Amino acid sequence: MTDTLSTAVSHELDGNALLDAYRTMRTIRAFEERVHAEFATGEIPGFVHLYAGEEASATGVCVHLDDRDAIASTHRGHGHCIAKGVDVKAMMAEIYGRRTGSCHGKGGSMHIADLSKGMLGANGIVGGGPPLICGTALAAKQKGTGGVGVAFFGDGASNQGTTLEALNLASVWQLPAIFVAENNGYAEATSSTWSVAADNIADRAAGFGMPGVIVDGFDFFAVHEAAAEAIQRAREGGGPTLIEVKFTRYFGHFEGDQQTYRADEVANAREHLDCLKRFRTRVTETGQVEAAQLDAVDAQVTDLIDAAVEEAKAAPKPTAADLETDVYIEY
Amino acid sequence: MARTISYREALNEALAQEMERDESVIVLGEDNAGGAGSPGEDDAWGGVLGVTKGLYHRFPGRVLDTPISESAFVGAAIGAATSGLRPVAELMFIDFMGVCFDQIFNQAAKFRYMFGGKAKTPVVIRTMYGAGLRAAAQHSQALYPIFTHIPGLKVVVPSSPYEAKGLMIQSIRDDDPVIFCEHKAMYDVTGEVPEDSYTIPFGEAGVVRDGDDVTIVAIGRMVSVAEEAAKQLADSGVEAEIIDPRTTSPLDTETILESVENTGRLVVVDEATPRCNLATDISALVAKEAFGSLRAPIEMVTAPHTPVPFSDALEDLYIPDAQRVANAVKTVVEWKR
Repeated sequence: MTDTLSTAVSHELDGNALLDAYRTMRTIRAFEERVHAEFATGEIPGFVHLYAGEEASATGVCVHLDDRDAIASTHRGHGHCIAKGVDVKAMMAEIYGRRTGSCHGKGGSMHIADLSKGMLGANGIVGGGPPLICGTALAAKQKGTGGVGVAFFGDGASNQGTTLEALNLASVWQLPAIFVAENNGYAEATSSTWSVAADNIADRAAGFGMPGVIVDGFDFFAVHEAAAEAIQRAREGGGPTLIEVKFTRYFGHFEGDQQTYRADEVANAREHLDCLKRFRTRVTETGQVEAAQLDAVDAQVTDLIDAAVEEAKAAPKPTAADLETDVYIEY
Repeated sequence: MARTISYREALNEALAQEMERDESVIVLGEDNAGGAGSPGEDDAWGGVLGVTKGLYHRFPGRVLDTPISESAFVGAAIGAATSGLRPVAELMFIDFMGVCFDQIFNQAAKFRYMFGGKAKTPVVIRTMYGAGLRAAAQHSQALYPIFTHIPGLKVVVPSSPYEAKGLMIQSIRDDDPVIFCEHKAMYDVTGEVPEDSYTIPFGEAGVVRDGDDVTIVAIGRMVSVAEEAAKQLADSGVEAEIIDPRTTSPLDTETILESVENTGRLVVVDEATPRCNLATDISALVAKEAFGSLRAPIEMVTAPHTPVPFSDALEDLYIPDAQRVANAVKTVVEWKR
């Protein structure tokens, strides 16, 4: 039941769509590189988990989604937020704990959400998202919107009962749900080759009666194609799919992680596998996009992130008046 | 006024009237219809409690059986609530919160605050609590204090068929997550219930009985136990005022404090185990806010700090009864400095 997709060819993306996808991936990369640098200065509080290296997954999936569709994310959620259209400046302000943030400074990096965009939140609980996505998919099905739910989760969450229960329920109820297992090789400091008893997370799909697909997570086009097929099937009433996206993360589990458990796979990945480099090479070689157009996006993204950080640092923090608000709608 | 129906029928009627009124209301849970995929009848059970019986055929496609998979379907109810439905999920026994608590207390309870006030999660989780059916330690607990402890959840503990219907309709219409605790020994209890739809607001206690000598605050099934005790006490000239909070979160502190300011004496009756329960919570409230009115130390009548035992000989000792309540009242009424 498990298929391996290598560098699939997609014929559906025109030049503008390719530029949009590149902009999303570049924004995520620049956002994460900058948060990494700013965290080191001590100005960013709390627990921060970076998505750099994994951009092709969030982007390749979310490019197919619209406002009918909801996603659930993980503690490593910045990339999913950006790919689903959450305002980047509000995200940065949230990470700095400011009142202008996506959650008015009450959520932080692990809880950025924007329900108006179908972004059901980054999630501090490993395996917290998949059951929720069964619910958003059920709502779409009951209301007949044609919408889908996408649960992003990591290799760590692939071993959680909540995730396995959600896979089963989604299949039993034939929900329009897509489960994207982002296998970056490590659950915190523990290798997924050790913690996942199956050879592949996607192999587990067979046990839940749904298709399982493995894709090269450094290849935007491979993710894009696998997601297109799964999302189309879900929209047409064909039920859920499990997609395993394999890659490595460029930073530690959290900012401050010394990563003594790792080999030197990151340098190799950055040099030879990187999703942004591969994307650039491919679209310029095919002539679909000019290098200068990509350079222009890079410059615009740099300006956006600079402004986001500057505005976040200058923004007010929440006050005592905010402490006890928004616990309930009415109490 | 009204007909007399059972607590179970009152809940069923509340669900049916809300499903009729609002098509975004759905019902889901283990065997809530019963018989999914089985060779025999559909709607075989209407839930193990029989509360949802008949809804399956009346509201096609809106009563969903689930696998025995509480994390998945409670989580799905919560996710669906963020996406425009008003799900009523049945967590069969409150004791089963252990296998799905993350979805309730880390997800549903926190969305509103954690997301800066932008989430709305109108989910109701119906669940059966309480001792008395010889169901032993994993099917008999009164765990509503645990939910009461969690900011972001509302907790409802009805004490009669009338309250069950009005509070259920209120719960379904409420935009926050609600834990609705039904006592398993009360489904066949009958009482007067209006046929028309009505709501009972959260955070407004009921004064079940007036009296000037002592205030008894009792939760859920303990209200009827307190009433029985009050009848005995009246024979010996002690008039007890009984307060039924109806919801433990929000809690109507005002009605409790006003009553104690009048009577000067407090007994709290709580079927939960004694540490960090509603009895300690209400006692602390009164000790702090009405200290000057108290004419005797507060008494708490609760279960002991043990799991719920199986044998009837032990379970009958475990559950607070009218005699223990009456004894506690005598202690506070007769107390001398």
